[in-house]
Amino acid sequence: MNDTLTVNRLDHASSQLATASGGKPVITLAEHIVEIVSDSGEGAQRCGQSLGAIAAKMGNGVWTVEIIPAEIQPPPRSIAGASGNRVRLGSHRIDNGGDEADLVVAFNEQVLLGRVRAAELKPGCIILLESMWREHQDSKIAETYVQTHDKLAADGYRVIEIPMERECRVLVSDPRRGKNMFVLGMLMSIYSLDMRLAREQIDYAFRKKADSIVKSNIALLEAGYQWAEANLDFKYRIPATRAKEPQIVVNGNTALALGVLASGMEICAMYPITPATSASHYLSDVFEKVGGIVHQAEDEIAACAFAIGASYAGKCALTITSGPGFSLKQEALGLAVMTEVPLVVVNVQRGGPSTGQPTKAEQGDLLSACFGSHGDAPKVVMAASSIEDCFYSIITARRIAETFNMVVVVLSDSGLATSQQPFPRPRFNEAWLAPPIDQSALPTGAKPYDWDPATGIARRFVPGQPNGMHTLTGLAHDRLSHVAYDADANEEGLRYRSLKLAAVQKTLKPPPVFGAPEGDLLVIGWGSTKGAIEEAVARHQGEGRRVSSMHLRFLQPMPPGIKEVMQRFRKVMTIESNWCDRPEDPIIDETNRRYSAVAMMLRARYLVDVDCWSEVKGQSIKPGTIYRVLHAKLQEKD
Amino acid sequence: MTIHATECVMRMHDDHHDLEEYQGSIPRWCSGCGDNAILAAMQKLCRNEKLRPEKTVFVSGIGCSSRFPHYMKTYGFHGIHGRALPVAEGIKLTRPDLHVFVNTGDGDCCSIGAAHWIHAVRYNMNMTLMLHDNHVYGLTKKQASPTSPKGLRSNTTPRGAYLDPLNPLTITLGVQNVSFVAQAVDWIPEVVYDILEKAFHHKGFSFVRIIQRCPEFLPDMFDAWLHDPLRTLMLTHEKGLHLSPGLTKVYKNQKEHDPLNIDRARELASITDPIPVGILYHNPEVPRYEETRLSPHLRTPEYIQAGLESELDKFTVWPDEGPAARAAA
Repeated sequence: MNDTLTVNRLDHASSQLATASGGKPVITLAEHIVEIVSDSGEGAQRCGQSLGAIAAKMGNGVWTVEIIPAEIQPPPRSIAGASGNRVRLGSHRIDNGGDEADLVVAFNEQVLLGRVRAAELKPGCIILLESMWREHQDSKIAETYVQTHDKLAADGYRVIEIPMERECRVLVSDPRRGKNMFVLGMLMSIYSLDMRLAREQIDYAFRKKADSIVKSNIALLEAGYQWAEANLDFKYRIPATRAKEPQIVVNGNTALALGVLASGMEICAMYPITPATSASHYLSDVFEKVGGIVHQAEDEIAACAFAIGASYAGKCALTITSGPGFSLKQEALGLAVMTEVPLVVVNVQRGGPSTGQPTKAEQGDLLSACFGSHGDAPKVVMAASSIEDCFYSIITARRIAETFNMVVVVLSDSGLATSQQPFPRPRFNEAWLAPPIDQSALPTGAKPYDWDPATGIARRFVPGQPNGMHTLTGLAHDRLSHVAYDADANEEGLRYRSLKLAAVQKTLKPPPVFGAPEGDLLVIGWGSTKGAIEEAVARHQGEGRRVSSMHLRFLQPMPPGIKEVMQRFRKVMTIESNWCDRPEDPIIDETNRRYSAVAMMLRARYLVDVDCWSEVKGQSIKPGTIYRVLHAKLQEKD
Repeated sequence: MTIHATECVMRMHDDHHDLEEYQGSIPRWCSGCGDNAILAAMQKLCRNEKLRPEKTVFVSGIGCSSRFPHYMKTYGFHGIHGRALPVAEGIKLTRPDLHVFVNTGDGDCCSIGAAHWIHAVRYNMNMTLMLHDNHVYGLTKKQASPTSPKGLRSNTTPRGAYLDPLNPLTITLGVQNVSFVAQAVDWIPEVVYDILEKAFHHKGFSFVRIIQRCPEFLPDMFDAWLHDPLRTLMLTHEKGLHLSPGLTKVYKNQKEHDPLNIDRARELASITDPIPVGILYHNPEVPRYEETRLSPHLRTPEYIQAGLESELDKFTVWPDEGPAARAAA
């Protein structure tokens, strides 16, 4: 199946050959995927991020994906310990991490094996492998290295052994630190990137370190560049077009945090949890620049309750968490729903249930986001579908929360959290900000829950407002916020809290269709899968198949127009990264199959026979995989 | 700054409040419940301190005690079980101008909310906590609480409570940043008031445990103490509790205790019979979390924009040679 994937890639038939000054032919590529993997702590991640940033500055399309081991310090030279970065470079916009890698730099053969076994490498791809292990004093290590090397070479990979550490030792006493900059230099040569930008990047990355450190890293960078120029027989160029507008290059969690800054929210209460923490780390560093405060609470429940208290008394606040923390917050979320205190909750999803896969990507929390907390607790649920969307979703969430006095859950996942992609630099808009805290006197006799009969919206009373004194309660209550002892009062509250979701829905636009408005197959997705789904769909469209896709940013309420779109396609299916039973399992049939989250919601709401396909392997679903799934679905008999 | 005489009069008018102005709905506690004494003392305190009802917030969790905010005519937040403190902290950090009080019970604070209690002491935010400690769960109809005496027969301990009770005072006094710990008993309302007044004026987290009767489920629990004034140990000090002549005559078991002496406070706190009543510890010098955290800047749109743009600058790829080059051009 892989042959279909090379259309825009290292396709020798279509690549143009040119000759560089050194006499090497330069192959022009539309795109390439490079991975840099090492033991944890050897700096492969910094190398990959720097490569991504430099390529973005040159105007390339870039998507970087962190390769993260589950432990902080896994044993060295272990298959499960691969740490590093995947960088997908293109001459066009790149919206996901792509399929198998075209080129891999590995600091040892074991972490490389980890990537081979995870099927992350393209058959026959180029491997640049640290060769020091060949002469390792421990004969076992040397032997393992040689065996692995020979096996990979026999399997058809183009393995190029490079004495990285030996070359670095010429310049620095501890080559283990700094090897990553040598590798960065090699990649600068391989991809014909601008060395001036690389020097600037190193200046920036080590800005908090001594001058001597910056200098030695630049020396290593130059050495890597020279080594590759002199010793490698290939060189690539990925044509780039500089954007006309300024772009920012950040990962999803940084984008979320920047969105918090831009939204005018002032309090973020959180408790450390992977993979949400990096958003809180960054926010802790910079929130005070806009007068904000990150409060690290004693636990997840306290973080949620703290944010509710802050919201109740002031501007809408937020709490940031991941799966297990989201579960812990459920009772408090119900309180915010019941009392109609606005609140933004960010859930950077990870693998579940329970501790699950803390560093891995999954979309398993949609149903608990929509239906979590006991009783009927209607909440707005949004999902960011790109890095850029992480930024804007927070601003939108704050506005919805404060307009409707609702809890708004923003779902991201660890795929978006740690991936980087350039997007147009946001232009600040004062309308993004929360309005000042209302301290005006309320009319005498004003009711704290004077629900509008059509929309369910009531004006929020904030402490400090004269005449507004009342006790807000998690108990069922009437318009005066008095405990509802009569039967009708409880139903009235339920009705209006629910109506608000319908009111939100009336403000939403139908989601756009990617591709033709009718056809054979409609693919529906949500969250971080957007880039991969659209890439796969585009490939089918390019091959003349009648496939379109639709991506949902709002999951609750669902925007209008979805049913109409679905009805114009012969088949509808979702692609999700949460579990659905596999129809091929012998005891699974129509009566007991558990569907993926959005498929289930679409089926329930629209009575349309929506099929689903899911993969829950802890990593972002590859466009090539989706392409094959859609292909099979198209061929399936009705 | 000068103000007009009319404004002066208006302010005086604004600041004057009658007791009724703090009275919310009619309490639904059992008659003889200790909560009533706390409510009466608190309404009186609000009036005497001229607290503006709209600037005053009572936060509670779940339990009999936690109905308290409904009976005040101020702002109130009756939340979920155990979580009154983090809600109150969020309020206080956002709005230091509000007077924040917390009402919680021995189950709400010392069991389900214990983590928040410990950390609230450490945050030392300016608020007053009233621990309504009746040694039993009332709202759920008589189960043993963490402060129930060993052997107490309840619906969940029909053959008697298995464990010794925890002591909220010694625990609080063991936490870093503790700044105010006091104990009162509901059957001496004058002292409840005096202690709450001191707690209110303390700039920090005031922890006030009020031992109170539950006439419904533990009607005789404190009879012995009620009948024998010597089983109440009055802690007095010029910086602590001052007893009225009337109380001095009745409660003859008195001890001078300097509330700054934490070692002595811990010793006194571990005495359960006689019951120590008064200010066990008071240190006005402990830093407050909200002081440490609050931004000195006005959060104007210009200020927010400047902060945001400077962050965006860090990540921006410019279409030309960058901001410096453009500025030069």
